[in-house]
Amino acid sequence: MSNLLDIENLSVRFPTRSGSFEAVRGISLSLGRERLGIVGESGSGKSMTGRAILGLIRKPGQVTADRLEMQGESLLTASPKRMRAIRGKHISMIMQDPKYSLNPVMTVGDQIIEALRTHEKVGKAEAYKRALEMLDAVAIREPERVMKLYPHEVSGGMGQRIMIAMMLIPNPEILIADEPTSALDVSVQLQVLEIMDKLVRERGMGLIFISHDLNLVAGFCDRVAVMYAGRIVEVCEAGRLHEAKHPYTLGLLNSVPDLERPRPRLEALTRDPAWREAPSVSALL
Amino acid sequence: MSLPEIQIEGLEVFFGDGTERTRVVHGIDLNVAQGESYGLVGESGSGKSTVLRALVGLVPDWAGAMSVGGEKLSRIGRSKEFYRRVQMVFQDPYASLHPRQTVDRVLSETLALHGIKDGVDARIDRLLEQVGLGGGFRFRYPHQLSGGQRQRVAIARALAPEPKVLLLDEPTSALDVSVQAEILNLLSDLRSEFGLTYLMVSHDLGVIGHMCDRVAVMQTGEIVETLEVDAMRRLQAEHPYTRHLLDSALRSSGHAGMAADAKLSAG
Ligand SMILES: Nc1ncnc2c1ncn2[C@@H]1O[C@H](COP(=O)(O)OP(=O)(O)OP(=O)(O)O)[C@@H](O)[C@H]1O
Ligand SMILES: Nc1ncnc2c1ncn2[C@@H]1O[C@H](COP(=O)(O)OP(=O)(O)OP(=O)(O)O)[C@@H](O)[C@H]1O
Ligand SMILES: [Mg+2]
Ligand SMILES: [Mg+2]
Repeated sequence: MSNLLDIENLSVRFPTRSGSFEAVRGISLSLGRERLGIVGESGSGKSMTGRAILGLIRKPGQVTADRLEMQGESLLTASPKRMRAIRGKHISMIMQDPKYSLNPVMTVGDQIIEALRTHEKVGKAEAYKRALEMLDAVAIREPERVMKLYPHEVSGGMGQRIMIAMMLIPNPEILIADEPTSALDVSVQLQVLEIMDKLVRERGMGLIFISHDLNLVAGFCDRVAVMYAGRIVEVCEAGRLHEAKHPYTLGLLNSVPDLERPRPRLEALTRDPAWREAPSVSALL
Repeated sequence: MSLPEIQIEGLEVFFGDGTERTRVVHGIDLNVAQGESYGLVGESGSGKSTVLRALVGLVPDWAGAMSVGGEKLSRIGRSKEFYRRVQMVFQDPYASLHPRQTVDRVLSETLALHGIKDGVDARIDRLLEQVGLGGGFRFRYPHQLSGGQRQRVAIARALAPEPKVLLLDEPTSALDVSVQAEILNLLSDLRSEFGLTYLMVSHDLGVIGHMCDRVAVMQTGEIVETLEVDAMRRLQAEHPYTRHLLDSALRSSGHAGMAADAKLSAG
């Protein structure tokens, strides 16, 4: 079976005062109809990888790759018009900061309805009904009231779920979810994961799940790529993340505070300069 | 016993006008002792951020009584002295940083606002270092930072006036675990060194367990239970919602195979 995404030697660079800064440094990965987790420390290039796939790196940022393909179609050479069609319909991204990504002067309801109607021919009443159902599915209380609110009037976790609802409503084949549950309480988090999981299982969606929650990724994903300083340092089966070998991954696992096993002090990571230099590990299928 | 540092009695908060006016916080009581670290957890949308925002004077329509450090709080707006004493780290790091201000300007303006004129340059360096950002970040704009880097700037800004009370709204939920560990260690050190008082919202019960002594659990605008963190750790909760929350936390950390369930039903 063919992959949904194939990426080889992807780099993202930004010019800065002190020369060019490479946020992503030649990573390779593919995505099947699976749940691929990306973990790694702040600034390691997780979000930039997601944005590069969608053609959303703003100038003066630069994206290069030997191959960046969605089911055989090159995303590097696609026209802006084609990319707009791909975004939403084929690939959706739940942005890390939902409130920033939502339109501040449009009600939540109108935004979800618009997201649906740009990709599908549906009447207003039908779109309203589906938007309401979607909010209900992501466990929003009183969805009728919330449809009428503006983004600044909803809580952090509500904003995140509204963004999820908006991205899922056009039924994408690939979903890139950037820290999609970081603002959710654990109970709602489970419900939201269940929705994404169902889409992977029942509709064969491919999911890239970016998160810093290692336990969550270990339990929820199929494969995990661990990023450090713009490269992939380790790839493993998610269920075996706790058997990881790379000292960086072990360091990350060690710094998680555990409710049941309290410690007086959390372990902070000591970074080894050699980690930056090691070649990127391939996450191709 | 000395007076609590933070005292909230019968707090109600309303949003909207006229027929649209809805009550989102339904009369809560909360006391945080001086030097204590108090956790606020609960359902998304239950009013946790609203309580913190009410304390710092960002919510116009409220009833009840609140005081910080013995000073009774007025309806809206707070004095400059109040903000020197009480700082808040907001849940949403994008919205809380001005898009056209560099990190350097954010911090130097905060220091100036609080009348700190000595050694500004060195202080900014130290603040950035404390939150794990090297000097290379000093002249960047918010859009040139990752999510976690932005959150660290927001934490540095809150620490700048050397406050006595910190209201922390999901301070580390945008951070990876290694940076989170550094920030939590820093917060612990500051508390023991300067006797700071924390009121901290987090949905991560591991973080709450690590940082707090007591915790209040909120659901739909009410505190349904308050408990010692030790009791929470031993899963000794009374209220069904607290039990549900603890149960979900165990499941999502992979203790009782949510993944196994999912993979079974897939196969
Ligand atoms: N416009 C820009 N100019 C310069 N550097 C940038 C720019 N945008 C991002 N960066 C840098 O690129 C690196 C990777 O950023 P990215 O947002 O991918 O990190 P991340 O892994 O998603 O981190 P987080 O977990 O904190 O969200 C960061 O060090 C960031 O500072
Ligand atoms: N400006 C506003 N106008 C109308 N409703 C508001 C406003 N601000 C907050 N609310 C409502 O108040 C309720 C509580 O919101 P709050 O942000 O306090 O929740 P929270 O407990 O912090 O949730 P989360 O964990 O998701 O951040 C929500 O239903 C929200 O929609
Ligand atoms: Mg990111
Ligand atoms: Mg909140």
